[in-house]
Amino acid sequence: MKTKIFSVLSTAVVVGFAASNAFATECIAPANPGGGWDFTCRSIGKILYDIGEVDAPVQVTNMAGAGGGLAFSTVVNKRGSDNDLIVAASSATTTRLAQNAYGGATADQVRFVGAIGADPGVIVVAADSPFQSLNDLVEAAVADPNSVAFAGGSAVGGFDHLKPLQVLKAGGLDDITKVRYIGVDGGADAITQTVGGFTQAMSGDMSEVVGFIKAGEVRVLAVLTEERVPGFEDIPTAREQGYDVVAVNWRGLYVPKDISDADFEAWGARLQAVADSDAWAEQMAANGLAPFTKVGGDFQSWIDGVIAQTEDMSRQIGVIQ
Amino acid sequence: MADLFANLSLGFGIALSPFTLMLAVIGCFLGTIIGALPGLGPSNGVAILIPLTFTLGLDATAALVLMTSVYYGAMYGGRISSILLNIPGDEPALMTTLDGYPMAKNGQAGDALVISGVASFVGAFLATIGLMILAPMLSRVAYSFGPAEYFALYLLAFSTLGGISSNNQAKAALASCIGIGLAMIGLDNNSGMPRFTGGNLHLMDGIDFLVAIVGLFAIAEVFFFIESHGKDSALGVKLEKVTIPFRDLANSGWCMIRASGVGFIAGILPGAGASLGSFLAYMSEKAVAGKDGKFGTGVAKGVAAPEAGNNAAAGGALIPMLTLGVPGSGTTAVLLALLMTLNITPGPTLFTDRPDVVWGLIASLLIANIVLLLMNVPMVKIFVRILQVPPSVLIPGVTMVSFVGIYSLTGSYFDLVLMIGFGILGYICRKLDIPTVPIIMGILLGNAMENKLRDAMVLSGGDWTYLFSSAISTGLLIAAVLGFIAPMFLRRYITKPQRISD
Repeated sequence: MKTKIFSVLSTAVVVGFAASNAFATECIAPANPGGGWDFTCRSIGKILYDIGEVDAPVQVTNMAGAGGGLAFSTVVNKRGSDNDLIVAASSATTTRLAQNAYGGATADQVRFVGAIGADPGVIVVAADSPFQSLNDLVEAAVADPNSVAFAGGSAVGGFDHLKPLQVLKAGGLDDITKVRYIGVDGGADAITQTVGGFTQAMSGDMSEVVGFIKAGEVRVLAVLTEERVPGFEDIPTAREQGYDVVAVNWRGLYVPKDISDADFEAWGARLQAVADSDAWAEQMAANGLAPFTKVGGDFQSWIDGVIAQTEDMSRQIGVIQ
Repeated sequence: MADLFANLSLGFGIALSPFTLMLAVIGCFLGTIIGALPGLGPSNGVAILIPLTFTLGLDATAALVLMTSVYYGAMYGGRISSILLNIPGDEPALMTTLDGYPMAKNGQAGDALVISGVASFVGAFLATIGLMILAPMLSRVAYSFGPAEYFALYLLAFSTLGGISSNNQAKAALASCIGIGLAMIGLDNNSGMPRFTGGNLHLMDGIDFLVAIVGLFAIAEVFFFIESHGKDSALGVKLEKVTIPFRDLANSGWCMIRASGVGFIAGILPGAGASLGSFLAYMSEKAVAGKDGKFGTGVAKGVAAPEAGNNAAAGGALIPMLTLGVPGSGTTAVLLALLMTLNITPGPTLFTDRPDVVWGLIASLLIANIVLLLMNVPMVKIFVRILQVPPSVLIPGVTMVSFVGIYSLTGSYFDLVLMIGFGILGYICRKLDIPTVPIIMGILLGNAMENKLRDAMVLSGGDWTYLFSSAISTGLLIAAVLGFIAPMFLRRYITKPQRISD
């Protein structure tokens, strides 16, 4: 019996140490296994190897902490010129950079390679809600900003909070600080609060609401993309209802700043190859992502625009001074 | 009803694969050992083994099967050291020492082990049935829980826990406050500003509760071992042969069923959990039996009631965890952590979104139960022998697993330092008889409670009467206040039973 206990203990030790070996290309997922960044690293890493863009399997390192800030500061301070390192990023990365939530770090301390898929933002109400269209909701909120409370899966000032504020701003509401928002524990919880009648609308990602659409519990008033989302053609965009707001939770990568331009362009080409692969198309479909490919200089300028807009809005609602 | 069987067959389809079945057997075995080892309860067992599920790359269902088997196994195993050593393997097993150890002293150690094994089975089995039938119904309830109701529910969890886990309400309240205070470290959800981090990026996400759990339980245990130079670990009672005492079993049949009912309801109450279940089951059976019952002198019912109660509570505690995301006990709190790291958000939609996870889990609970009954009744001698592993081997092993496990969480030495810090805190708390479970609850639920209160204030525009706006929240708040105050007055009648010192 002693030997059994020992074998369990020693297994724990062996697997514990095996996980910390580093070789070949490394992809840092700045969160624990299971989340979106982990998914980005694992699926992009696997496809990179499968289609022959890298020679050895990509090593995924989970570096959770400070909402991605720990990984960001590690890359900036310790791995600044590592040309075999990629890091998973998303809208949360740029939102937090814009709000100075990474301890003074700024977006220009790394280089953003590109995004190759996105979870579209949505504005959702309960199936029995009096709001039939986005117009109904915006009109009610403009008339009395206190009358519509939103629930979302991110903290106050986070991406889910900014989405409805952008829409309301586009609808002519100037004092967005009056809009009530509660940040709950994930999209499912936010919908529960909305269906339960505690809040009037929910702001989240498409992938979070798919199950509830099928169950008939909710009505999606608008999806915040440029075009309607494949597979959900009956859901109108905010744009076609007259509110020019695009807010998607993109999935992509950044790399250290001090790598050579040639290396940077090589990463862009590799990411493009992943985006064009069938395997990635399958991964996107299985995980509720819509096509959203922006690679290279185009992406960098788009990121700069998003950060500037986020900063402006965050300042208005008082999340940053 | 037809749905129930369709769901159940879906569950068995998942849980009966050879691989998950193997995990169930391994989990039950490890769990029984962990439960039997003094000081290592189900919470510690599950906490210590969580990193293993990541490194083994198990999917959500497999990880859940393994962990719930460990959970149930530890609930079974806790009774072994209670009966043989008069040292409860975990807190809920405390009640089993009251009649179990006297039985062992009377030369009925084998009987006590078999009766408690069967009682554990009855309690856990009935609770799993209850979980199957009631959980889908309770899952609709979540739509009537807004911020005010959740805040009241969390408050109830803290106040009832305080009333049970300590003899002194002030100490339990102090421990809860320490926990809630520690939970305030990290990013503030309502403003995005860091609090109490001292500029340290490692503290931005707050304190990882696994670090706290392993520190407070496992590392504190090591300190106690060092202090006592490893005494108190020899087997106090010889176990000769094991036969099945049919008469005692038949006599305590109704007692087990009643105790299961009491335990199950106690388990559903968040925060109370298995300790409350075994406590209430024992006290109510003692009341039913009256003075002639001779509870406390070594009677079969005195062993059967708390064991059925605590195992039923373990099943009941899964209901609020699965349907509301509110853990009903320390162990389900750890299981909740596991689910969240597997990217499964427990809540009303879990039953429709992930029926594979839920019904696979329920089926695996039924399987684990049967495996455990087979393991614990005929094979009980094997587990008894494990208690003879010298602590000089055991304790270094626990230390090693703790360090490797915590390091593998984030790969930072900072968490190791923090874990040792929690070990010291746990040592001091136990010296001062301050319960550590409320500290864990505080770290785990403190943020959620704060957020719900603040959400309620945002929605109501700062009107505190919003907290009493529904019958549910008002009822819960009243229950919370009563749950905290009542034990102070009842203490003279139902003192928390102390271990027999002889």
